[in-house]
Amino acid sequence: MPTVLLAGLRQPLDLWLRRTGLYDFHVENGAKMVPFAGFEMPLAYGNVGQVASHTHVRTSAGLFDVGHMVQSMFRGPTATEFLEWLTPSSLGGLAPYSSTLSVLLNERGGIIDDTVITKHAKDAFYVVTNAGRRDADMAWFKERLEEWNTERGGKGGGKVEWEVLDGWGLVALQGPESAGYLQALTSFDLKGLTFGRSAFVPVEGFNLHVARGGYTGEDGFEISIPPQHTETVTRLLTKSPVQLAGLGARDSLRLEAGMCLYGQDLDEDTTPVEAGLSWVIGKDRRENASFIGAQGVLKHLKEGPPRRRVGFVVEGAPARQGAKLFTPGGEASIGTITSGIPSPTLGKNIAMGYVTSGNHKKGTEVEVEVRNKRRKAIVTPMPFVKPNYYRG
Amino acid sequence: MIAKGYTEEHEILAFDDETGLGTVSITDHAQSSLGDVVFVELPSVGTAIQKGDQIGAVESVKAASDIYAPVSGEVVEVNERLNTEPSLLNKSPEDEGWLCKIKLSALEERDALLSAEDYKKSYES
Repeated sequence: MPTVLLAGLRQPLDLWLRRTGLYDFHVENGAKMVPFAGFEMPLAYGNVGQVASHTHVRTSAGLFDVGHMVQSMFRGPTATEFLEWLTPSSLGGLAPYSSTLSVLLNERGGIIDDTVITKHAKDAFYVVTNAGRRDADMAWFKERLEEWNTERGGKGGGKVEWEVLDGWGLVALQGPESAGYLQALTSFDLKGLTFGRSAFVPVEGFNLHVARGGYTGEDGFEISIPPQHTETVTRLLTKSPVQLAGLGARDSLRLEAGMCLYGQDLDEDTTPVEAGLSWVIGKDRRENASFIGAQGVLKHLKEGPPRRRVGFVVEGAPARQGAKLFTPGGEASIGTITSGIPSPTLGKNIAMGYVTSGNHKKGTEVEVEVRNKRRKAIVTPMPFVKPNYYRG
Repeated sequence: MIAKGYTEEHEILAFDDETGLGTVSITDHAQSSLGDVVFVELPSVGTAIQKGDQIGAVESVKAASDIYAPVSGEVVEVNERLNTEPSLLNKSPEDEGWLCKIKLSALEERDALLSAEDYKKSYES
């Protein structure tokens, strides 16, 4: 039976896996550690099941170690212009200490990675990218930065410097009780820190970069911590009612929130328009087309993409990654599921995937093949669970 | 008398020599690895099956796991309660959470099943 059960968890034993600064802390807390994106990461803790952990985050608060993700700083007089070359975001117009979801694009307009960019000032940006794309992203940043500093806008006095915050901790405190919990640890008034904003917040003597947001659809904070303080701060953040939460809950929470997982829902052959992420493309950026991959992206914007990422509710069996989609009774596949689970919050099978344009409209009935049987699925708007962000 | 045999795929066949029927269930180890079971797909009564055929699936939030026929024969009964109470698989995997009953067509196939001890070794190694 466990062919699928443990697929994705089993990797060659000789694979060299990295650890975050919280590895010992996880083990001490009864974590089941599994290989993920080149790291040993907690899947779950003790005997707390995925559904219980998921529900705890939706109703109270959970803490995730996301220190496997790559944190970078880009600094220099042309930092805004450099990142506006690498992404389709309007960073010039972004207020200081605000964040935006963005994408790194290849020359064809395909997504190299999705990323959250936080502007501190027009010459300083904090950028978080995916652990699973570490090698690809690092190579891309290195090459483009060299090109920028020698041949493009960074030439002469405008150089951009890139610092990877290697070894730094990053934890995500998520859930409706997060704000009350964090507020008790700081004199900083968190009421002023709305969704998508960030600040340096003093927490029991540590000055920490705190960004309001996350990957669950709940109110919450992503907190960046210097290496030597990661474990101490994490201990402060994991007292009752906060529970440690692992990769299992993280995946079901993000899927209910309609958020993409790179490698499943996004890849280098998918443009942000196909991925339903056109909103990350700044209005002004559509006109000047000065970002890498603009041609492909603008073509999809103008003519409509050939396929689109949409949500589904599936009857009967859950449809998971790789399940093929059809029109009712149709023979030719119209697309593929990229992520799917039985939703712990809704008690229904939810999924996201790509369908050919025309089959993407809300309410469209399609069929999905699971174990050689067709099941009915309805195109359903995402997020599946209403977000609970704090907007002041 | 009822004799239990195991597969490396985490199924149990409990064979009753009075009726000639084998009851298929999944092991406690399997249910605990899967976590909260939310959906069980069972074969249809009357289906003729070959040893190793995929005859159903157990789904948790975490993963889908196929169920394979531990022996050949005919499906004579399925546990309909699992359609509305899939959590029986977690609560009572070998008893109330049984999956289906098979009328064996090749009794000697039982010999290839593992003992409880060998089964345990198969996933611990």
